[in-house]
Amino acid sequence: MEMFLGYLKAFAVGGLVCMIAQILINKTKMTSARILVLFLLGGVFLELVGAFKFIENFAGAGITIPITGFGSTIVKGAREGAKIGFFEAVTYGFRNMAGGLTAAIFFGFLFALIFRSHSKKV
Amino acid sequence: MEDKQYMEYIHTHAQKSAHAITLVWAFAVGGIICCIGQGFNDLFTFALPDWDKSKIGALVSMTMIFLGAFLTAIGVYDKIGIRAGGGSIVPITGFANSVVSPAMEFNKEGIVLGMMAKMFVIAGPIIVAGTVSSVISGIIYWFAGMVG
Repeated sequence: MEMFLGYLKAFAVGGLVCMIAQILINKTKMTSARILVLFLLGGVFLELVGAFKFIENFAGAGITIPITGFGSTIVKGAREGAKIGFFEAVTYGFRNMAGGLTAAIFFGFLFALIFRSHSKKV
Repeated sequence: MEDKQYMEYIHTHAQKSAHAITLVWAFAVGGIICCIGQGFNDLFTFALPDWDKSKIGALVSMTMIFLGAFLTAIGVYDKIGIRAGGGSIVPITGFANSVVSPAMEFNKEGIVLGMMAKMFVIAGPIIVAGTVSSVISGIIYWFAGMVG
């Protein structure tokens, strides 16, 4: 039951985040690049002010799977690094981006080699 | 004149309901994608008990990016995106889509200047925004550590 509730919260908060993005798209005709940058910075801001962990404790993947989670993990890395030294403070944020970026770039390269574009058919 | 007013009335109401439908789609698809992510999170937490939480989180992101990239490659993700809008853009799978989609599109213009360069048409701004915020927050935490 508790597990089900966790999924329900993830669904509700994740859905809400995406719905806010859709409202912005409908009202301002923002492109997906602008939306993604805005929500990434939103995650950075929420983590910097300390609000992110409360939402994360409540909603889990509902806030970490949207790009807001990417923003949050960058700031978490910077915070960890700052405990060690200045070099680590300015580089550990990027280190936390490494997994996601590696996956996106590697699979992007791989799939673009193997598959042909579908965009003409749509 | 009355006809014209009636048409305007219908038009604004039709727009309102169209607006509402896009919100429902974004909510539902975005919510489902987050639940899939939650599923992988629970699975990896169970299967890899000696991994810490941030490493599990990164693995979940990478799995979702793989799925987003694969669904884009076989042409499914863009079909979902037509209806889902923000529900397919904002999750990390949408980030994968924004990398793979132009990479496939521009592959025909060559590997280096086509695929490899155009891969970052949408992802580039995200990487720049992320990197700049990582440096700024690092400096903030560094000085906060010096003071406190």
